[in-house]
Amino acid sequence: MDNEVQNMAMTEDGLSMFAELVIALNSSTKTNDKLQSLADYFASAPDKDKVWVIAIFSGRRPKRIVNSTLLSEWCCEQRGLPFWLFAESYHTVGDLAETISLILPERKHIQKEKRDLAWYLESFIRFEKEDEPIRKQFILDNWQNRSQTELFVFNKLITGNFRIGVSQKMMVNALTKVSNLTAAQIAHRISGNWDPVTTDYTELLSEETISSDISKPYPFYLAYALEDEPSTLGEPNEWQAEWKWDGIRGQIIKRDGELFVWSRGEELMTDKFPEYNILRELLPDGVVLDGEIIPAKNGQPLPFAVLQTRIGRKNIAKKQLLEAPIAFFAYDLLEYKGEDCREKQISERRKLLEELVSPLNNSVIQLSQVISFTNWEELAELRKGSRNMKSEGIMLKRKNSIYQTGRKRGDWWKWKIDPLTIDCVMVYAQKGSGRRSSLYTDYTFAVKDGDKLVTFTKAYSGLTDKEFAQVDAFVKRNSIEKFGPVRTVKPELVFEIAFEGIAASSRHKSGVALRFPRISRWRKDKKADEINTLEDLKAMLKMYGK
Amino acid sequence: MNLISFTDKGLCCKQGGFYIDPWKPVDKALITHGHSDHATFGHKYYLCHKYTKPILQLRLGDNNYQTIEWNEEIIMNGVKVSFHPAGHIIGSSQIRLEYQGEVWVVSGDYKTEDDGLSGAFEPIKCNTFITESTFGLPIYNWKPQQEIYDNIINWIVKNKENGKTSVLIAYSLGKAQRVLQHIKETAETIYAHGATFNMQQTLINAGWDIPSIVRVTPETPKEALKETVVIAPSGAEASPWIKKFYPYSIGVCSGWMQVRGNVRRKNIDAGFALSDHADWNGLIDTIKATEAERVFVTHGFQSVFARYLNEEKIAIAAEVKTAYGDEDEEVSSTEPPIDIMAE
Repeated sequence: MDNEVQNMAMTEDGLSMFAELVIALNSSTKTNDKLQSLADYFASAPDKDKVWVIAIFSGRRPKRIVNSTLLSEWCCEQRGLPFWLFAESYHTVGDLAETISLILPERKHIQKEKRDLAWYLESFIRFEKEDEPIRKQFILDNWQNRSQTELFVFNKLITGNFRIGVSQKMMVNALTKVSNLTAAQIAHRISGNWDPVTTDYTELLSEETISSDISKPYPFYLAYALEDEPSTLGEPNEWQAEWKWDGIRGQIIKRDGELFVWSRGEELMTDKFPEYNILRELLPDGVVLDGEIIPAKNGQPLPFAVLQTRIGRKNIAKKQLLEAPIAFFAYDLLEYKGEDCREKQISERRKLLEELVSPLNNSVIQLSQVISFTNWEELAELRKGSRNMKSEGIMLKRKNSIYQTGRKRGDWWKWKIDPLTIDCVMVYAQKGSGRRSSLYTDYTFAVKDGDKLVTFTKAYSGLTDKEFAQVDAFVKRNSIEKFGPVRTVKPELVFEIAFEGIAASSRHKSGVALRFPRISRWRKDKKADEINTLEDLKAMLKMYGK
Repeated sequence: MNLISFTDKGLCCKQGGFYIDPWKPVDKALITHGHSDHATFGHKYYLCHKYTKPILQLRLGDNNYQTIEWNEEIIMNGVKVSFHPAGHIIGSSQIRLEYQGEVWVVSGDYKTEDDGLSGAFEPIKCNTFITESTFGLPIYNWKPQQEIYDNIINWIVKNKENGKTSVLIAYSLGKAQRVLQHIKETAETIYAHGATFNMQQTLINAGWDIPSIVRVTPETPKEALKETVVIAPSGAEASPWIKKFYPYSIGVCSGWMQVRGNVRRKNIDAGFALSDHADWNGLIDTIKATEAERVFVTHGFQSVFARYLNEEKIAIAAEVKTAYGDEDEEVSSTEPPIDIMAE
């Protein structure tokens, strides 16, 4: 009933209104304009829709009611197209929701029943349990008589991430314009475990004290990369140095006898790491720890690749628990004895953290060591040993810094080691997705093995737009064969690939898998026969892979 | 019987002893239209529609040009040749060849919607049709042009309200004239990049009733440009030349703007999917209307489009490699690199 009353009062359809917001966000390249569009939306949309928009842009969407294949097939049916032609179209557009919206016939200016945005999203939830023909009918009905942008937005609500450059930070800032809360308060409110169906707007952003959600994490404080010499930071004794671990940044929360594990991506991961269950007994109530979720044996970190065998799995088998045991390296304390202690200086928080963690004496939870050093030269020397420590470099935190919200300059820096590099030749190219969908920007690279070439990695980033355009032109002129979206190209262009780590892999032809590979340089000065060999890669694996 | 063979110099009619839109120097060249991937240097003789001649003179200098009217028939070596409107840009023509009862039509580039300047496209019945396929995917369905013009005008008005200059990126031959016809009321003076200005002036001198525009020079006072409209070719949006118009908003008029990713990749403020090529339905409907048994598909999505025609039994189709287009309307065509300092 409530919904109906609201519908009658509405002047505009919730989907069109949201589509306008998406277009506005999408058509601007400037953060301020985007912020204003969001704030305007929050100032005028129905409360229920605002809650959903906050949910959608923070990754809390309803379950997908239809998979991509079915959506594509229904779209082909509607327009009488063969499926392969749809696939070709998709490769050009790079986005499923948009492809469908461009293929379906557009029909505008037809009077439709006005619904709020919440109606659409709650319908998705309602239809989740229905049989396929009923879901299909619902989708087809909603494909009728819509503008292309409405179609796009409708499909996007089903298929996933909008990727229109709305960061958590931007949404928080937009909400500060329409509420009386501070940015830090809002960031905290909209994080954690809440359900848009049962949460109302006033509750979400009320000025009263934090609601009773005991699982709620704090927003992470993130560091920028240090680009200058550390001596530019001032006196070394004002800084605390720690190893930068290569795991998943996480928060462990113990409140009211319950334990919650959150990743930086705001994913509740408690069930993924049964190793942590013991912390329910070990930790006192009212504690929030910030640290690294990391595979480790006897207190020594293992390569990240070990963790990758576990994340993404629904059920963790015994085998993985044995082969990839997980520990938590704690480096900060955000809540202690039920009190938010983010405003205390890190030197003070560290003292409390040590008091809390040291006596536990359990390998599942460890203090992330503080590195002692007296001058920057000494620290630079220590940093060279990062790889042996299975660390990515050093974190520098100003001793009097408080725990801030989001990525901020000034007090925390990551001082990463230089990546490993290898020279190789491009052998395959594929069109990118999203904003690069018309260019060949996704490349596969090979090293020499005798007189053959062996592919060993893909890389998608690291070139400027201009360089991408040049490589794209090369690909179009020098392709040998075309397999669907992939072109094989003459092995002529040499690139330097940088990566953070290397591990043995049985899935790759080369026998190695790289961590964070990206193009660091286009080696126009090198010819294809001057590239590195598979032997070189194997030597690196031997040196850094264990 | 083949009236056209595909050679490394271009489309060759051996019976008639001429080429159509050749990309290497030949003795006799029949030119469909003035874009530089179709009209190239170095031929001993050019035959083109009378509206195309001033464009060729501007771009290729003095040559041995002969002109022809639409629907006028001439015989070349026993082959009956005639030109017919292609609707792509001013002067653009399809070329019809007839020899011993066999009829072939080379479309050049074409669009099926009448833009009021290029002449109304008409499908011509033939045995074999050679079609472009720049937008040969079913994602390319153009909105009615009036709707796009309205969008452009609204965008200009909004920019003015926000104190911004509207910089419209449009191909200087074709798109610029078409857009100018519809936005001429939005500003007292419409300014242009040198390349756009030269083309517009050439056409005005040739007798076309199209709006005159003012060239932006280093002497143009910055205040005069405030909140006005500037037309420039592709590439200008990424050059320092554009700084003069600050604060500005950039809008690109191109069929490629149909896909969101292309708008974002170019880092522009607005994309208008206004094209001088046929969209998917335009291509299919045209091919059906020609009643051609055989279709050769050139530049664009040729393999996809040819496969579709075969599978749907619309025609027996094959893809052909040419030096035209290559999937990029803006980059591959006529505009020379813009040397800002030389402006």
